[in-house]
Amino acid sequence: MPRRTDTYYEKLQRTRIWRSIFRSGAGYSTLHRALAIQQNIFLHLFSTKVRRRMLTFRATWYLGALTLGTFFILVVTGVLLMLYYHPSVPQAYADMKDLKFVVSSGMFLRNLHRWSAHTMVFLVFAHMFKVFYRGAYRPPRQFNWVIGVVLLLTTLLLSYTGYLLPWDQLAFWAITVGSNIASAVPVFGDKVSFLMLGGHQVNANALLRFYVLHCVILPLAAALLIAVHMWRIRKDGGLYVRQSQPGVESPRESHADEAGVVKV
Amino acid sequence: MSENRMSEDQPRLAEHLISRRKLFAKLGAASLGLAATGTLGLTYRFLSPNVLYEASPIVNAGKPDSYPLDSVTIDVNSAIYLIHVQEGFFSLNAICTHLGCMTVWKPDLDVITCPCHGSQFSREGQKLDGPAPKPLPWLKTWMNDDGEIMVDRSTVIKPFEFLRI
Repeated sequence: MPRRTDTYYEKLQRTRIWRSIFRSGAGYSTLHRALAIQQNIFLHLFSTKVRRRMLTFRATWYLGALTLGTFFILVVTGVLLMLYYHPSVPQAYADMKDLKFVVSSGMFLRNLHRWSAHTMVFLVFAHMFKVFYRGAYRPPRQFNWVIGVVLLLTTLLLSYTGYLLPWDQLAFWAITVGSNIASAVPVFGDKVSFLMLGGHQVNANALLRFYVLHCVILPLAAALLIAVHMWRIRKDGGLYVRQSQPGVESPRESHADEAGVVKV
Repeated sequence: MSENRMSEDQPRLAEHLISRRKLFAKLGAASLGLAATGTLGLTYRFLSPNVLYEASPIVNAGKPDSYPLDSVTIDVNSAIYLIHVQEGFFSLNAICTHLGCMTVWKPDLDVITCPCHGSQFSREGQKLDGPAPKPLPWLKTWMNDDGEIMVDRSTVIKPFEFLRI
């Protein structure tokens, strides 16, 4: 399907440099389009082919993709906020105020980070409800549902750890209450709370631990799990299509029986 | 001939012995498991700080004269109550046992209340109302050599053990 407006782009695609970077090559044939997905380290997580009706709004309401979008916004704005924020007791609150009143675009970035965080939590729940009520969690997609639940917990932990960082009264009391909830766990409760805070009170150690969790450990865990989550969509037979006969599965999905024994 | 004899012996040997390769594989796996367990222990110890730069749990509450009879005094910095009743002195942890907010003494109602979720305690720390799961703990209280009341916030004692002076 050649397009006249794309001639310059097509010329670029034929250059040696372009061909050395993108292994799939140029062209609009079905094969080339499939290769463009399959030969790319990031895009190969996704299916090379999707049913057209699965790309309409009503199929998924784009909730998963929108969640990923908010995650990208949070990573970008979060990294930028890190350039002005010191996770230390004397400076954290002042840095937050500086971001608000002194740093150019600081208020915008902080608000973008905050609202994206709220939106991400909302979208994760909406995505889960949509998947649940469509029945898309059922076999063979049951493990991807489990990964999704772990991703929900990761999202909530990211929200919770980020809550302490402004180091104001709201943050302090929210984390005090949260760590007291943790210490209500039988037997290990006090140990869990002690390890989480790095002490008995919400103080310098807690601030640093929450900062490292919020900026390094949890985002890495989330990125890894998101990659597995996307890849499992392809491996589990693509986006869920509502079947007219719920009992009938496509041949690809019925390779393994209940006991997990592969018949083919 | 000799080959035949060996093949007859081998199955019997195999019952008692494992091959050298399997032995080393098992030893390797076991040592890796041991090292991993040790690393877990070390990680736990690393994550638990040995030195804490937190306020000392022992508080000097001052001379008993500053606490008149039937008074309930809160020290907001150390989050303790010092209470003087007929039977003597005692100290309560002022942190609500529900979710860790600081409670306040309401003299007109004769109760300790929590502003967060409305828990109420008597002046002896017994729970009267609200979501708190436990009474306010009694803290170890004694008198030092200079005649000042000392409170150890980290040591909980049984209720109704008064400090008599």
